[in-house]
Amino acid sequence: MDIPYTVELRRDTGLNNGKIGIWLFLASEVMLFGALFATYILLRTGAQTWPRGDTILNVPLATFNTIVLISSSVTMVMAWASLMRGRFGTFRMYMGATVLLGGVFLVVKYFEYSHKFHDGLFPSTNNFLAIYFTLTGLHMLHVMGGMAVNAYFWGPGAKLWKTDPAWFTNRVENSGLFWHFVDLVWIFLFPTLYLL
Amino acid sequence: MSEHAAVAGAKPHVAHEAHHEELGFWRKYVFSVDHKVIGIQYAVTGLLFLFFGFSLMMLMRWQLAYPGAALPLVGRILGESRMPGGTMLPEFYNELGAMHGTIMVFLGVVPLAVGGFGNFVLPLQIGAPDMAFPRLNMLSYWSFFLGGVTMLASFFVPGGAAQSGWTSYTPLSVYASSGQTWWLIGMVFLITSSLLGAVNFITTTIQLRAKGLTFMRFPFFVWAQFVTAFLLLLAFPPLEAAAVLQLMDRVAGTSFFLPTGLVVSGQALTNAGGGNTLLWQHLFWFLAHPEVYVLILPAMGIVAEIVANNTRKPLWGYRSMVYSLVFLGFMSFIVWAHHMFMTGMGTAMAAFFQTTTMIISIPSVVILTALIISLWGGSIRFNTPMLFALGFLPMFGIGGLTGLPLGLNVADIPLHDTYYVIGHFHYVVAPGTIFALFAGVYFWFPKATGRRMNETLGVIHFIGSFICMNVIFMPMFFLGMAGVSRRLYDGGAAYDFAQPVLHLNVISSWGAWMLALFQLPFIFNFFWSIWKGARTEENPWQATTLEWAAPSPPPHGNFVQVPQAYRGPYEYSVPGAAKDFVPQYEA
Repeated sequence: MDIPYTVELRRDTGLNNGKIGIWLFLASEVMLFGALFATYILLRTGAQTWPRGDTILNVPLATFNTIVLISSSVTMVMAWASLMRGRFGTFRMYMGATVLLGGVFLVVKYFEYSHKFHDGLFPSTNNFLAIYFTLTGLHMLHVMGGMAVNAYFWGPGAKLWKTDPAWFTNRVENSGLFWHFVDLVWIFLFPTLYLL
Repeated sequence: MSEHAAVAGAKPHVAHEAHHEELGFWRKYVFSVDHKVIGIQYAVTGLLFLFFGFSLMMLMRWQLAYPGAALPLVGRILGESRMPGGTMLPEFYNELGAMHGTIMVFLGVVPLAVGGFGNFVLPLQIGAPDMAFPRLNMLSYWSFFLGGVTMLASFFVPGGAAQSGWTSYTPLSVYASSGQTWWLIGMVFLITSSLLGAVNFITTTIQLRAKGLTFMRFPFFVWAQFVTAFLLLLAFPPLEAAAVLQLMDRVAGTSFFLPTGLVVSGQALTNAGGGNTLLWQHLFWFLAHPEVYVLILPAMGIVAEIVANNTRKPLWGYRSMVYSLVFLGFMSFIVWAHHMFMTGMGTAMAAFFQTTTMIISIPSVVILTALIISLWGGSIRFNTPMLFALGFLPMFGIGGLTGLPLGLNVADIPLHDTYYVIGHFHYVVAPGTIFALFAGVYFWFPKATGRRMNETLGVIHFIGSFICMNVIFMPMFFLGMAGVSRRLYDGGAAYDFAQPVLHLNVISSWGAWMLALFQLPFIFNFFWSIWKGARTEENPWQATTLEWAAPSPPPHGNFVQVPQAYRGPYEYSVPGAAKDFVPQYEA
């Protein structure tokens, strides 16, 4: 049985189901990270002393990672735009680049984390590190989730392109919306944790 | 964007050839993507958890009525680690208390009201073939199921289940036994489940409503589920964040909720400190107050459907009810700190939250009043669903009105954390919401099975439950006003001031055990009617909304022909019409 408006737009809302679904999901994600940022503010304003981020964390690495994630957002848009133009080959290339850039982000993060652990800096050390590890850890889980979905569309999920290109394009667009959101969270995390 | 719209809109979704091959047992009944099967799965699981949570409470009521006395038979079965010699250990009592609350709210009422009725009824009422995301719907149920299993399993881990109350206040919960970790993980599953459900409900309501079904033609139940879904969507994530933070505190040794200089059991803690205990309460109640409306709004929706149907009149003030509902949903996000008047918040904050709390009572009163006025001048049919719906009205009224003193800072100070709060909350949820849920079961049972439930057994179930509910909860107001705290293992027996009211504990307990007896007719009726109930056609109640256009039980895909809405939801007793009801789906 087919669900209406999976691909085609409903005339009075001008949307398909997936588009509404992903925006609602992102709204709930805003509340999730909003609560954690609120926690950060409360802990920081209540603290006797609070270290400046750059005295503990590695700003150059994080700056590099910021550039990596923003680039991956660009390649994500290019991947979707390629599908819109019907160029499946370029889609594959850009989507692959998006997944790879996500991988680069994770590798850099891995070195950052292990360096902290090596220096004896753990979540239990103080509340700055506690909120740092919690926020970036949760963000990392989101990066992994986004990469898994993008990798699926790069690989086995791409079969849909042959049978229903419009639907496949929509799915890539929605996955892109999530990827941009993950990117956006990092753009808030970076100054909050590393620079302030 | 417009270019994209052109591509997406140009090629209509390739219609798969209609396939009618029978699905196997597993795909049809267990891992089904049919909203009706999932709804029934939710409803049955929810009913089982309701009974389980109620059983925990019946055990607690023994200890409260007869503190320290050995419980015959059942005490032996539960074993030496919980009830040595049949006498309940305080730790076990705390487990029961925490898990009763958790199970009733997160595994019983919400899955039944939203997962069960929402899933089964909402797509039918808007004339949709299914939910917008059927596989997500299945995932939502199984995530809920895993959460439930995690919660149940926690009873068997060393130290037993969570013991820190359903609110899991820190720092107590951070130092509780490992059951608390299981509780937190279980909550993450449950939150995921309701998140998936909420996305699905909102999308379905907006996108899949039938032609002609504008928002102001929605049955009130659809509106109630729609607003509820927004509450679930936006209020649950902060609790997820809080659960992650508490997990970090417990597992990774962080100090999010542990202040500097905390002393536990005479020992100063070695944690880094610097955390904020109240942060948990804020994050928890930011969810848990909207959660109260998640418990009550679907119930109001069910009652509204049944009242309109059985008074054979349109709902009085449908529009003001809808506006009240939306306002209620919005306001529920800015009242949470009225649960925290005793935490030493400043007078400015207290004044703000008192004001919002008083304001939020207005739309509730509007809805309740509209429902009561709807009865006026109707030729009321007193069938079982209607009896439960009529029972809901005064019970919810008592629950709501007794909440007003708790919403005022000064009146809350003596009443806070006493049995008065328990009485107030349970009047809203037990004879309130649960009565509405029973009403819904009796009302939509013919749609789900094609058979009716027995009326005589239903009336016995209603009268017995109605009396017992009041016997249980009315004494709690007096206990509370006498100052008895809700968290006492002996029900207040150790305190002199509580002696004059202790006998009320016995009355309340016997009420609870009698209530269990009066559920037997319902349980029997439920199963017996599935196979032996009187057969019905598709519209046994002569109702007007779209779900009654589908066959009973509806097949996968729901409607024989695509329904269309031609008018508002409650066109009963229209002057000049041939029948006393004009369905939405008749041109």
